This record gives sequence, structure tokens and C-alpha cells, in this order.
Amino acid sequence: MTKSELIEALAKQQPHLALKDVELAVKCIIEKMNEALSTGERIEIRGFGSFSLHMRPPRVGRNPKTGESVTLSKKYVPHFKPGKELRDRVDASREKCNIVD
Amino acid sequence: MALTKADFAEKLFDELGLNKREAKEMVELFFEEIKSSLEQGQQVKISGFGKFELRDKSSRPGRNPKTGEEIPITARRVVTFRSGQKLKARVEVYAEAEQ
Repeated sequence: MTKSELIEALAKQQPHLALKDVELAVKCIIEKMNEALSTGERIEIRGFGSFSLHMRPPRVGRNPKTGESVTLSKKYVPHFKPGKELRDRVDASREKCNIVD
Repeated sequence: MALTKADFAEKLFDELGLNKREAKEMVELFFEEIKSSLEQGQQVKISGFGKFELRDKSSRPGRNPKTGEEIPITARRVVTFRSGQKLKARVEVYAEAEQ
């Protein structure tokens, strides 16, 4: 499922809203999530899961081309922890359907 | 303070002029639609954010970390999230600002 398919599915369930408004709403939600994470704020959606940042400590890496060692400073990466309901529903579907893109 | 569904609904109310009920419903349906897609085995790719992927894990031996007792971990299907390039880049800017 892609973003546009998600927008279509949501529009079908809310026939009182114009497709354009559903599209704006989806973009607005996504932008809010991006904004929160890029300022280090956690997101907690009950039954769905939580998003947070995980710290990667500084390390000495290597330039694969020259073999030269370079110090890489610590960085943050986005992390998602699925909530219990999502975990349970997905696991229960294991024997019913295959994974598709 | 973590961001919750109420904060998303408020943003839709403030910025798009949906009424409170519509805003709340939109946020509920947004996350429910992603869950139900994943429940049907369908992975979800949201450009500009990231991809929710599914993975089937086979059973493997595990251990109770407290007692050391061996217990099998059953086969299961799990959800993983891979953030997109844009989000990764924005998060890294935060790390730089914080240092």
C-alpha cells in the first residue's frame, strides 16, 4: 500500500470529505510526525505503536575507498516499536495470508 | 511529553478546518487503515516518512534471561519500520543541533 492508496481508502470511508481534503489531512499527519521526530519528540499511538529516536554512539569508521579511519560523531535514528494490538493482529494473520508489497 | 492522537486531531482542526469530530475520526482511521493493511499481509510505504514492513520469523531457541531456562520462541510475523531518507536526514540535523 502506498500513500496515495492510503488516501483513497480513507476517502472512501469518509464520503462527506473531498478527496483533496483527505489528501491534505494525510500530508498534515505525516508532516507532524516528521516534525516531532526531528525535534526529538516521541510519538505514542495507543494500539499502533510508538516512535522515538535511538542514539548511535560515536564510533571510528573507515573510508571504504581509502581505508583511512574517520571519527563519526554520535547520531540519532528513528525507531518504531509496534503496540500490542498491532503486534497481535499481524501475528494472528500469519497463517491466513502471505506478505505482499 | 509524547505526541498523541489528540495532538494530531488538533492540528487537523487548526490547519485544515475539519471540525473536532471529523479531525478525531480522520486520525483514528489513518492509523487503523495502516494496521488493517498490515493485517492483510500488505506492507505500507509512505513516501516522505518510511515503510512498515512485515517479516515472518521461524521459531528459534530462546532463554529466560532471569532464570537461564531454555524456552522455544515460536514462529511469528512481525512489523518493522524503516525510515525514509528524508526523515533520516531531518533526524540527523537534530543530532547536530543537540551537540
